[in-house]
Amino acid sequence: MIVWESVEVTYGSIRVLGPVSLEVQSGEWLGLIGPNGSGKSTMLKAALGLVEHRGRVSLGNGNRRPGLDIAWMPQRPQMPEEMGMDDYVMLGRTPHIGYLSSEGKHDHDTVRLALKKLNLAELANRPLGTLSGGESQRAVLARALAQEAHILLLDEPTASLDVGHAIDVLEVVDELRKLEGLTVVTAVHDLTLAGRFADRLVLLADGLIQADGPPHSVLTEENLKSHYGSGIRVVHDEDGPTVIPTRRSND
Amino acid sequence: MISPSSQTLARSSRLGWIAVSIGVSAVVAAAGAGLLVGPADIDVWGVLLAIADTLPFIEIDHGLTEVEHTVLFEIRFPRVVLGGLVGAILAVAGAAYQGVFRNPLADPYLLGVAAGAGLGATVAFATSGDSGFIAPLAFAGGLVAVVVTYSLGRSVGGRTTTSLILAGVAVAAFATAIQTYLLQRNVETLREVYSWILGRLVTVGWGEVMTLLPYVVVASAVLLGTRRLLDVLGIGDEEASALGLNVGRVRLVVVIAATLATAAAVSVSGLIGFVGIIIPHTVRIFFGWSYRVIVPLSLLFGAAFLMFADVAARTIVSPAELPIGVVTAFFGAPFFVLVLRTMRRSG
Repeated sequence: MIVWESVEVTYGSIRVLGPVSLEVQSGEWLGLIGPNGSGKSTMLKAALGLVEHRGRVSLGNGNRRPGLDIAWMPQRPQMPEEMGMDDYVMLGRTPHIGYLSSEGKHDHDTVRLALKKLNLAELANRPLGTLSGGESQRAVLARALAQEAHILLLDEPTASLDVGHAIDVLEVVDELRKLEGLTVVTAVHDLTLAGRFADRLVLLADGLIQADGPPHSVLTEENLKSHYGSGIRVVHDEDGPTVIPTRRSND
Repeated sequence: MISPSSQTLARSSRLGWIAVSIGVSAVVAAAGAGLLVGPADIDVWGVLLAIADTLPFIEIDHGLTEVEHTVLFEIRFPRVVLGGLVGAILAVAGAAYQGVFRNPLADPYLLGVAAGAGLGATVAFATSGDSGFIAPLAFAGGLVAVVVTYSLGRSVGGRTTTSLILAGVAVAAFATAIQTYLLQRNVETLREVYSWILGRLVTVGWGEVMTLLPYVVVASAVLLGTRRLLDVLGIGDEEASALGLNVGRVRLVVVIAATLATAAAVSVSGLIGFVGIIIPHTVRIFFGWSYRVIVPLSLLFGAAFLMFADVAARTIVSPAELPIGVVTAFFGAPFFVLVLRTMRRSG
């Protein structure tokens, strides 16, 4: 469980987020949606203490311990070109390894498992600089999984993946969530994909929560048009809402 | 587009025994050259036997005269050891700075140590004829400069390292200005200060070695202990913090260790340039990207490099001596270019 209580972030005199209050239950998958610059990434960073903020982020039962409780997949990760994939994923074990000690057997096992879950085992010895966009993105997710945290904050986890790989990756996350009771918060641009996987969507715009609820109640043409502009159609069927971009001139 | 054939394997983050053996051999070879070469022509066997003689439970007749024995143990030996210590610490401090600031051009003098120490030494030369003041004042000058740099950088820029590096530039410029003014007013000290700035390994018995040793031991222990964390810093402050690393504290500890040792080295040897940049980069090119490898190997190759450089400094214009800083740059720069070109072509 993770709770944002009146969290507010300002850069100088510009308010980029909040105040927002949001509670995500253990085992829940919450999708953060919203146009560019609406505050999605900032909200995730506030949870990790990476940006100064007013208000409080807590885990319900105590204070957050970034790294141990919360794993984060950044939108634009820095990936040293020469570093091997296995060493990169091992960085996810950092919160578990003392400052002056080095990794043990459990750490190696965890890394191997994370690589396997994301179909990266064969690329374990490859330098990060030789990976494709999709492989890199899966490597970052593997690093986050290796942290064995119970809360996953994923910032655009499928941004450079084709639709097949995107579904694969989100299925892996969903499987882990069900198996290990992980709490998942994702910021996603692909609205349809967000609606397919998340239990609940929160629509952010101008740093404030505009809508909050199950996908079919948030992904409505009315909501989307007022925050993304015209040119959006939503079709509801048994798979859930599907968001279809259309030409603005047709509206 | 990457073709399958160019998909190389990543270099290991483990320190291999082959690399360590090469490093240790280089240190032994350099120390051997340093002990055997010098204006006093001492017999090679005599040197080897005399060294063996110092080992416990071994007594050998080495056949050296008393003068030769003194030259060996009171002049050459301390000088070789001092060269090794200074080279090791400059190289390892350079590696640490490059890691902690994620800047390949960072060197041990980055935060104003050199300029501060230079100012301290100039004050010593200008105000007192006693050479005993040079080292303490250089040490104090270096530390004051870094403390000012650090507080300035933090007060201006918060979390970024760029503001720290820029503060270093400002502090260095300021210290250099005062130093230049002092030199203008005391032209007679110009030559001495200049020779100090170019770096020199002049020893009087074991005094300098004993002064420097504790700094080198403590700093090496800290930097070897934190080298894994330098790899974590490689993904940036933000992501490292999200992994629970206290980035500010790690950076502070590493900078303190590297700076104290650099200031101590500078105070006894002057400003020996280039070691802190070329050694870590050469090690990186040959043995891989990870600081778990770079830090310990820089320690070994830095020591070997400076001991060799000192042999060259003592012999090229013998019986006079070249400033060792001139040698490190004169041989180091082309060597480094060669390494860069070879590796780029084959890699």
